[in-house]
Amino acid sequence: MTVTSDRSAPTDAPLGAPAPKRFGGLLKTRELGIVLALALLVAYTAIDNPRFLSGQSIRDNLLNTAILAVMATGQAVVVITRNIDLSVGSVLGISAFAVATLMSNNQDLPMIVALLAGLAVGAVAGLVNGVLVRYGKVPALVVTLGTLYIYRGITYSWAGGSQVNADELPRHFLTFANDSILGIPWLVLIALVVVAAGSVMMRNYRVGRELYAMGSSPAAAELAGIKVARNLLGAFVLSGALAGLAGVLYAARFGTVDAAAGTGLELNVVAAVVVGGVAVFGGSGSVWGAALGALLLTVIGSALAVLDINQFWQQAIVGALIILAICADRLVAVRIARSLRKRDAHV
Amino acid sequence: MLRSPRTLLSVTSAALLVAGLTACGGTTKDSASNTGGDSNQASAAADPNAAIKEGLKIAFLPKQLNNPYTDVEVGGGKVAVEELKGEYKLVGPNDASASSQVSYINTLIQQQQDVIVVAANDPNAVCPSLNQARAAKIKVITFDSDASKDCRDAFINQATTQGIGESLAKMALEQAGGEGEIAVLSATPNATNQNSWIEVMKTELKKPEYAKLKLVKVAYGNDDDQKSFQEAQGLLQSYPNLKAIVAPTTVGIAAAARYISSSSYKGKVAVTGLGLPNQMREYVKDDTVKKFALWNPADIGYLAAFAGAAMASGKVTGAEGEKFTAGKLGEYTIGADGEIVLGPPTEFTKENIDKFNF
Repeated sequence: MTVTSDRSAPTDAPLGAPAPKRFGGLLKTRELGIVLALALLVAYTAIDNPRFLSGQSIRDNLLNTAILAVMATGQAVVVITRNIDLSVGSVLGISAFAVATLMSNNQDLPMIVALLAGLAVGAVAGLVNGVLVRYGKVPALVVTLGTLYIYRGITYSWAGGSQVNADELPRHFLTFANDSILGIPWLVLIALVVVAAGSVMMRNYRVGRELYAMGSSPAAAELAGIKVARNLLGAFVLSGALAGLAGVLYAARFGTVDAAAGTGLELNVVAAVVVGGVAVFGGSGSVWGAALGALLLTVIGSALAVLDINQFWQQAIVGALIILAICADRLVAVRIARSLRKRDAHV
Repeated sequence: MLRSPRTLLSVTSAALLVAGLTACGGTTKDSASNTGGDSNQASAAADPNAAIKEGLKIAFLPKQLNNPYTDVEVGGGKVAVEELKGEYKLVGPNDASASSQVSYINTLIQQQQDVIVVAANDPNAVCPSLNQARAAKIKVITFDSDASKDCRDAFINQATTQGIGESLAKMALEQAGGEGEIAVLSATPNATNQNSWIEVMKTELKKPEYAKLKLVKVAYGNDDDQKSFQEAQGLLQSYPNLKAIVAPTTVGIAAAARYISSSSYKGKVAVTGLGLPNQMREYVKDDTVKKFALWNPADIGYLAAFAGAAMASGKVTGAEGEKFTAGKLGEYTIGADGEIVLGPPTEFTKENIDKFNF
């Protein structure tokens, strides 16, 4: 983080972005596909029902995306290092319940305390994941699958069947989900800041490029003197902390929190990241692509509801779109690889 | 805890199953009740004029202790036992596993209770112990979830499919202002309870008094907050003239209410259905929701205590058609297979919601 931008430019070169100008144009096509799909979907739905483009509807879609986008940012960073964090849904649950309990017991606590508490709970959960992956030498898939159940179990035994209801939460906590500043809801603003900060970190800072390098070739990264352990822990702590933050936003938005909050959400997050063009084998993709993926998935959900498509088909359609997105992404990736080989840019 | 709508719902589905079984066995019912019922009913004939005895020992054995919903149920039972001038006792395991209740039943038998009111964690696991209790002249009443019907004297069924469906249609008519478009926001597309309630509701809507009401869509929020939010949004965009959303699931009604309370639709679209008072209090107080319903768990315990007392006093034996009075709830008639239906669900409004805590 202390590296200045002019020093980071040269270090970029050997780590996989040899000629930003040429490569940048191609990279854009990954995200361009999502933007196109999104535009197509919105246009089609809007023709069918113009109210889909009303102010309320756009606001709803952005609010719905916010929580998923925050989690997708953390997940993208982890996936880029060739790992995965499946525990995020449970981390969201434990953070949402912890913060909701905290706020209902202390009505006067300011919102910032809630946000920090959520971040802290998530960071601890993420640290445990990171330590187990790095020092336990267990694949992230297995570790986070385990902690998915452990964190959820802790929440269940803590909650013991109880739930925190909207009328127990302080008013300022609930209105936070709907209040806006300069016309942009807080939730959306937080998501934008998180996505922007994540994108800049991954693109322009040394630590970000190191994470890409670790994902491209873990062995080479280690040999190149990258502090793999530190970076890996950092990536998991970030993913956990952002899931914790998402938990606070979840509690504020839905107002009712029980131990099952966020169950199954990890699959949506992974889907958003994958649809957003982050390769599951690490080393490529971008944070803002993942955020776009989150937006696309959310808009699909809303559009299918508006288009009055039979419920039994909805999930199948989402699945098909995910596979389509991955196929499209794969085609682009193959083309990039081919053009790289031709230009011999990598050597 | 009303992700324990699922608990509630599974309970109701168990009840429905029982009802379904009896319906299937319609042709052989007479012979079955003659052969099966003899041993129980021969022991004592019902004396409708018998006075309710005082000092009855009535013990409650819920699925587990320290569950907020259960606490309200047995709380109602306690009130009833006090009204009956009996002795109230509450025992129960800390986990709701199948076999955990057996030792408690055995202890209650040794203590020579008069009535055991039990919510069976497993319909069969508790059966041998319950039959021992009945052999010791203890009356066994089940509530919440039934035990096999040959090892209890009566079952308190909190609601019938018909009753809930009718109540949903009635509230929809009221909240839509007598006419206009309404939509249903349900749980999953294959949720048995919700689907059967919606079927009854649709049949009701065909009646002349509902002629001006038009059900435009049944949407499914999968009992998931986010998905229910999105479905509610979709309904409001697709049907600009929508007057009311009816959500027969606690997750759905809370999500729809939360969404509408924070959107520009507030005041224009009504939300009603089945919900938990604690979960809905916020939205009832901010006028998003005018009225919703659910059976009152306290009444379940209350009715169970009165049914047990009537039985232990010899007023009823558990045969179909017998009547008894349950304090403030009025008169009840025992249905087929010893089933006693609590009645139409309680309706919650701004005026009465603060009296409920579950």
